[in-house]
Amino acid sequence: MLTVNTRVLFVALKKLQDAFTDLLPIILVIAFFQLVVLRQPLPHLGEVVLGALLVVTGLSLFIQGLEMSLFPIGEAMAHALARKGSVFWLLSFAFALGFSTTVAEPALIAVAGEAAEIASQGNLIDPGEESLRGYALGLRLTVAFSVGLAILVGVLRIILGWPVHYLIISGYVVVMLMTMIAPEEIIGLAYDAGGVTTSTVTVPLVAALGVGLASSIKGRSPLLDGFGLIAFASLLPIIFVIGYGLIVFG
Amino acid sequence: MAFFIDFAKILLATCRDVLPIIVLIICFQLLVLRQPIPHLRRLIVGGVYVVIGLALFLAGLEKALFPLGKIMAAQLSDPTFIYGPEAAVAQADWKAYGWIYLFAAMIGFATTIAEPALIAVAYKANEVSAGTISQWGLRITVALGVAVGISLGAYRIVSGTPLYMYILAGYLVVVAQTIFAPRNIIPLAYDSGGVTTSTVTVPLVAALGLGLSSTVPGRNPALDGFGLIAFASLFPIITVLGYAQYMHWSVNRSKKSSKEGNHAI
Repeated sequence: MLTVNTRVLFVALKKLQDAFTDLLPIILVIAFFQLVVLRQPLPHLGEVVLGALLVVTGLSLFIQGLEMSLFPIGEAMAHALARKGSVFWLLSFAFALGFSTTVAEPALIAVAGEAAEIASQGNLIDPGEESLRGYALGLRLTVAFSVGLAILVGVLRIILGWPVHYLIISGYVVVMLMTMIAPEEIIGLAYDAGGVTTSTVTVPLVAALGVGLASSIKGRSPLLDGFGLIAFASLLPIIFVIGYGLIVFG
Repeated sequence: MAFFIDFAKILLATCRDVLPIIVLIICFQLLVLRQPIPHLRRLIVGGVYVVIGLALFLAGLEKALFPLGKIMAAQLSDPTFIYGPEAAVAQADWKAYGWIYLFAAMIGFATTIAEPALIAVAYKANEVSAGTISQWGLRITVALGVAVGISLGAYRIVSGTPLYMYILAGYLVVVAQTIFAPRNIIPLAYDSGGVTTSTVTVPLVAALGLGLSSTVPGRNPALDGFGLIAFASLFPIITVLGYAQYMHWSVNRSKKSSKEGNHAI
């Protein structure tokens, strides 16, 4: 009993140490700039140390949970759906996963609200409360729809075995063409929208889904076909947000 | 006490993040697959770890690192720090912002190393490639890409050059690299662009962008504040592809030279 407990303790300590290593660069950068460049003592040192301890504990718990739940469930769902053999349900799961995890994403809600403010300052939309809220909601639904569609296309690609770079490069070409005709106010926002959509909980699940699917379909390599879903989820929102801007600002 | 209220709020927000996933999985298991979920106990315990771990992580960041990082971004971009007191500046001189570029690069690198989503993808890539892709190798390569990206993004805000020119050039480089890179690495390289920008990097980088665009003379935060995240998603693709090309090249070369060596013998 004692040996089991010591082993658990050892593993936990190892995880804490790993997490501390992950955090160390941030601590060093902040300390360097604070002490050497700005030449100021660290304010609220106690709080900072407490916060760093929380970050380290949280990160090691998260990694532990990742190995226990997010990875296995993602792969198990991919295997079960592949075994069922229904492309319809596989694609529905892919779309629903992308849409549902994005639509309520706090980062996206914040960005959409900010974008509505900017659009109204630029006299692109009516400055009324109602139209601001409508614009922000429309933006959120557009991004969530595009992420759902991205995961769907990515899964379809794994099933059909298309090479990822043709799709991504065509996506880039579309982005560049749309950038030329889009209003300036939407471009920076659209480029950033690709980055905010992929949250910390969604990424491991989507990665496990792709890898699980690629390893359960004959003739697919997990490395070559399993990755790429996140790339689609970062690219399609750019295209859709620019498209939304073109339609709304018309 | 205030801390516990903050923590409860963050915990609630994390639960809301996970909720759609739980509902979706339960619906599919019960209605479509019609199977009980295997290893349910372990999954639930792991799920609780994920939620509590993420909440603690975010609470710690918000308590300690974000306020400090945001204050520093504001202080470093303050015109009195850059040009000295009482210097009236109408036109930004991009050469005066050296510390900003260094700070942007270092904070981009450091936050990317701590990014949980990247840790997850590196873990998976290491597992799938049977160890040929090392976790730290991938994470450091991606972090270097973010460092270059954010630093260049800061320069763009200071100099006021248009965003799309940089993105266009970056895309062209990615396309050219894709033609020559080993095929196995391409999907992973594209993915590493998307994972760099989440919980840790975005708040600090956004603060830097906002701080810069509101203090650099002649910049408009509404137009110039956005776009740093796009840089942070583009450049890791370039560094990962570049690193893979370099590895491929050096392995080929050593193979070649050992072959020639054998012939000589």
